[in-house]
Amino acid sequence: MDRSFQALTTGSAWFVLVILASIIISLFVGGWQALSEFGPAFLVTDDWNPVTEKFGALVPIYGTLVSSIIALLIAVPISFGIALFLTEVSPHWLRRPIGTAVELLAAIPSIIYGMWGLFVFAPVLSEYVQPWLQENLGDTPWIGALFQGVPLGIGMLPAGFILGVMIIPFITALMRDVFATTPKFLKESAYAMGATHWEVVWNVVLPYTRVGAVGGIFLGLGRALGETMAVTFVIGNTHRFSPSLFEPGNSIASTLANEFTEAVGEMHTSSLIALGLVLFMITFIVLTFAKLLLLGLEKRNTAKN
Amino acid sequence: MDWRYMRRRTVNIVNLSGAVLATIFGLFWLFWIIWTTLSFGITAIDWNLFLLDTPAPGGTGGLANAIVGSLIMVGLATTIGTPVGILAGTYLAEYGGHSFVAGTIRFINDILLSAPSIIIGLFIYELVVINMGHFSALAGALALAIIMLPVIIRTTEEMLKLVPNPLREAALALGAPRWKMITLVAYRAALSGILTGMLLAVARIAGETAPLLFTALNNQFWSTDLMQPMANLPVVIFQFAMSPYKEWHTLAWAGSLLITLSVLVLSIVARTLSRKAKMEH
Repeated sequence: MDRSFQALTTGSAWFVLVILASIIISLFVGGWQALSEFGPAFLVTDDWNPVTEKFGALVPIYGTLVSSIIALLIAVPISFGIALFLTEVSPHWLRRPIGTAVELLAAIPSIIYGMWGLFVFAPVLSEYVQPWLQENLGDTPWIGALFQGVPLGIGMLPAGFILGVMIIPFITALMRDVFATTPKFLKESAYAMGATHWEVVWNVVLPYTRVGAVGGIFLGLGRALGETMAVTFVIGNTHRFSPSLFEPGNSIASTLANEFTEAVGEMHTSSLIALGLVLFMITFIVLTFAKLLLLGLEKRNTAKN
Repeated sequence: MDWRYMRRRTVNIVNLSGAVLATIFGLFWLFWIIWTTLSFGITAIDWNLFLLDTPAPGGTGGLANAIVGSLIMVGLATTIGTPVGILAGTYLAEYGGHSFVAGTIRFINDILLSAPSIIIGLFIYELVVINMGHFSALAGALALAIIMLPVIIRTTEEMLKLVPNPLREAALALGAPRWKMITLVAYRAALSGILTGMLLAVARIAGETAPLLFTALNNQFWSTDLMQPMANLPVVIFQFAMSPYKEWHTLAWAGSLLITLSVLVLSIVARTLSRKAKMEH
């Protein structure tokens, strides 16, 4: 009995590895037809034509990366600010309610973000924010090209922005936790030298927890890359490439959500699964990197105690 | 007061105010989104919502089939995912220790925890839907079960590790075999924590849409047949919100309100429980 219970738990734990392996294998098998037909060119061509059965993943890959980068640009400073507030500024009685409220941002389902983004946020954006951006930045050389086009309220910019709000809770939670690992005596020595709150955070806490903070950012990036429904609502879903952030685009996940059930022809389906494989690989690498950084910090902390 | 001191003070105050503003910025979206679902959703809620099935374009109807479908699939996913998750978490906490295998499983589990849910949908499509030949509620439940698994594994391990070792040693010293020690002592001590994991996992999958698109799909009619496509709230919301029909938009908002409320309530209850669980030790 003892042995069978142990075998049962061990088997269940191995099941995790089995799932990972079968995900990779099944995506490979499903996407094989497209991968063998198009080869590495699949990653760098921008055709996406179900009629001629020519498929290239460049536009969705570009959309995934750009929307996630916009998300990080918004989420990283905000999350740092919130983590700073929760660890250094806030009075004790406020920490728990505000911490919980920020975590609730992560509990709201993706599809709710999507509906809010499409029906409430996009109109506000196209009426007030986008015209302002065009007026003030549209003529700037280089970055001006990012703000061209009709301000529709849907496209890369709103998708990235909403993604940014969605990953704030993940990055915040990790930053707050790693900030809390800074040994008290380090901070107190700095305070004793007359350092201000900010100087302690910037010169003591951040250098000490840099690795973990970067790990948290990569974890947020991993989340942003694979986020599906919210992006599908607001990104506009077109396979035409455009440098402007105001123009509709597509991400890997939104392409899958939109086209998979309506795909005609084996090559289309197979290309979509290959696209899924690309997404899984990218997120896997990003998340592995994040985990390794966080594990490194954990090890250092346990070694010191 | 020399100017350098003034400068340092100013930098300090400016940056700390920045932190306060960042917090307000973060909470602003939370309240805006909740306010949106409340204000659009409440007007759309009436008895028909729970009594009638999803309507054809232009008709009147409710969400009864979608609500029941969601409950069935989430229930089935929980029934499949929870035991496996608890057992795997038990291995990591009680048997695995610092071994290489346990470390790898922990690592992969954490990655699956953040892996895109749409990929899980693709995986189940390849594995189940293609072999069955059509979409089904069972496939949807399996996809959801795989998504909740990492959450349960992780919280179960964490909560079992909070159980003090002397409790285990006492049980073993009385001659209890290890499985009895785990099931009768460790599980009981970690009960509220493990329950938290379950609630968090249910909250996680309650609003999941992407994995259901390729597995359970949707069904305009009442169906409780697990082998057939089944209506469910998230996919109905997606299809109705993307449609051009006013009546469908209203129903989509009503569905959003139901999902948001249940997810928020589940998360808050889970958090309260876990705080209690941690204070017990």
